[in-house]
Amino acid sequence: MAKYVIVGASAAGIGAVEAIREVDPVGAITVISEEPCPQYSRPMISDFVSGKADFNKMKCRTDEFWKENNVEALTGKKATALNLTEKTVQLEGGEKVAYEKLLLATGGKPFVPKMEGSDKDGVFTFTTFKDAERLAAKIDSINAKAAVVIGAGLIGISVTEALLKRGLKVTMVELQDKILSLLLDAKASDLVEAVVRKAGVNIVTGQSVQKILGKPGNEGVVDGVILTKGDQVPCDLVIVAIGVVPRTELVTGTAVKINRGIVVDNMMQTNVPDVYASGDVTEAYDFIMNQNRLLPLWPLAVLEGQVAGYNMAGKKTTYMGGTNMSSLKYFGTPIVSIGLANPKEDPALEVLVKHDAERNVYKKLVLKNNVIVGLTLVNCIERAGVSFYLMKNAINVKKFKQKLLSDDFGLATLPVSLQRKMCVVQ
Amino acid sequence: MKRIIAKQELCMGCGLCEVYCTVQHSKSKDIIKAYNSECPKPISRVRLEVNKPISFAIQCRHCEDAPCVTACLSGAMQKDEKTGLVTHNPDKCMGCWTCIMVCPYGAIKMDQQGKVVAKCDLCQGLEEPACVANCPNQALVFKEVKL
Ligand SMILES: Cc1cc2nc3c(=O)[nH]c(=O)nc-3n(C[C@H](O)[C@H](O)[C@H](O)COP(=O)(O)OP(=O)(O)OC[C@H]3O[C@@H](n4cnc5c(N)ncnc54)[C@H](O)[C@@H]3O)c2cc1C
Ligand code: SF4
Ligand code: SF4
Repeated sequence: MAKYVIVGASAAGIGAVEAIREVDPVGAITVISEEPCPQYSRPMISDFVSGKADFNKMKCRTDEFWKENNVEALTGKKATALNLTEKTVQLEGGEKVAYEKLLLATGGKPFVPKMEGSDKDGVFTFTTFKDAERLAAKIDSINAKAAVVIGAGLIGISVTEALLKRGLKVTMVELQDKILSLLLDAKASDLVEAVVRKAGVNIVTGQSVQKILGKPGNEGVVDGVILTKGDQVPCDLVIVAIGVVPRTELVTGTAVKINRGIVVDNMMQTNVPDVYASGDVTEAYDFIMNQNRLLPLWPLAVLEGQVAGYNMAGKKTTYMGGTNMSSLKYFGTPIVSIGLANPKEDPALEVLVKHDAERNVYKKLVLKNNVIVGLTLVNCIERAGVSFYLMKNAINVKKFKQKLLSDDFGLATLPVSLQRKMCVVQ
Repeated sequence: MKRIIAKQELCMGCGLCEVYCTVQHSKSKDIIKAYNSECPKPISRVRLEVNKPISFAIQCRHCEDAPCVTACLSGAMQKDEKTGLVTHNPDKCMGCWTCIMVCPYGAIKMDQQGKVVAKCDLCQGLEEPACVANCPNQALVFKEVKL
């Protein structure tokens, strides 16, 4: 019997292990992961496909991590069922692992919309190392020339860049009118779209793929796609990169409450005693929206895992919340987007924008009662963290509002009292 | 732990801290080569913040509860529990800029050439960090500071 059992050993699971060990150096921890080596950086799978990173570089913790933390790592094993009254997790093959405290850190699984032909050879999803390995091998084995990427969000952009680097011709198909529509407003999206097009990507917006075509005489192998409006795009590969949905299958049908993701309180505890959840599988607190919702992001998964870990080990900790916050490195265009990027018309909101067309720099701030609730930066991101600090701490920016978008905005702009508090100056 | 802290009223805004930091983090450790010929171009890990008439230099605070470490997508950013140092391993770094997004001090710089980030390492091996040792007006001090 393990004191702590954690299902899923990626960002959230690792955060939890580290937090538990801070508080409880000896209590037995068992992690269960179906991935053979789960401690790798998921966001780096595109660097694997492009050839920029090998698996060794992708490891975000060392091979000794589990051992050093005195963790029994049941890797390559899938959890198939929970028994919440008996307090056990059942593994594939029937073995049962008993727990005192359980953390569900099962993450997300790729969302694949209904499409004719999505079972053909050459169709990929893109969320795991295995996906990346299979995709890279396929590119080599069939000497792939062209790919269609479905979805122009974070994952879509990342795989598109990787495929381009491998010399493929890429068409990105996005159902929304704009690329990166969850992160950028129309203007910023246009600016980034121009860069991506210039790099040679064919971008189709406002459409989706209605059918994946097979090769004449070899129907099971991808030959192209038909878009919503009927246009055909020939290709050897289709990558479905629309996003992830919470992997709740383990708790479906149990007493654990699920909305879109597993429902948790601000201690990352579910409605069932001793059962916690963190990461992409949960709906955690968003401090800008002031509600719990799905926010499938790595740093938040780690933080949520830490909070769960502390609480499981008896150190009462409250999750301060995250928000929709991403930084992007793709196509040589650094982007940071935090909180509201594209708010609806609202008299309570004040929007400040600065666009420098010559340098291709775009900055936008959304304020509510003089507190920053939205930040978008394109091609000028080095001081993003200072603004994020102001956001997170709900600091009133009225006195220095006009300086927030200036090029030399930084710590020197802040009131001296705040500089002292932050220990910047004496 | 010992940290670098700025005495704002003594800072003249000369920017020599950036120059010495750049040289210290160059391959050649030679000012002419560092600025004119080295590739990748060495970059300063300290930044002079100016809002006239105020100026001061800022570099990584080596936070206790470092947000950059929690957020790092690759494991490149680590907290050394023994020394308190927040270290960055450029070979692991994927240049995702996530740490930049969360550092409250804006203390992380982009190394656009290397497609990684760079930040203050408190000049390991030197008695005193280069910026502190070379500030002509002692506007930077290296001493025990609690964050
Ligand atoms: C291509 C790509 C790029 C990304 N880029 C970014 C980025 O730039 N910034 C960012 O913040 N986020 C990014 N993300 C998102 C980030 O990777 C996720 O938010 C993060 O991995 C979530 O961590 P997690 O621990 O909650 O879940 P996951 O990382 O999904 O891990 C869950 C683990 O649990 C295992 N598991 C699930 N069910 C079971 C079971 N029944 N039995 C055993 N094991 C199980 C899974 O196999 C997996 O190993 C990206 C994701 C992808 C795919
Ligand atoms: S880089 Fe920033 S967040 Fe990280 S330890 Fe230094 S000051 Fe703190
Ligand atoms: S840029 Fe490098 S150090 Fe910073 S979060 Fe990304 S991988 Fe970590």
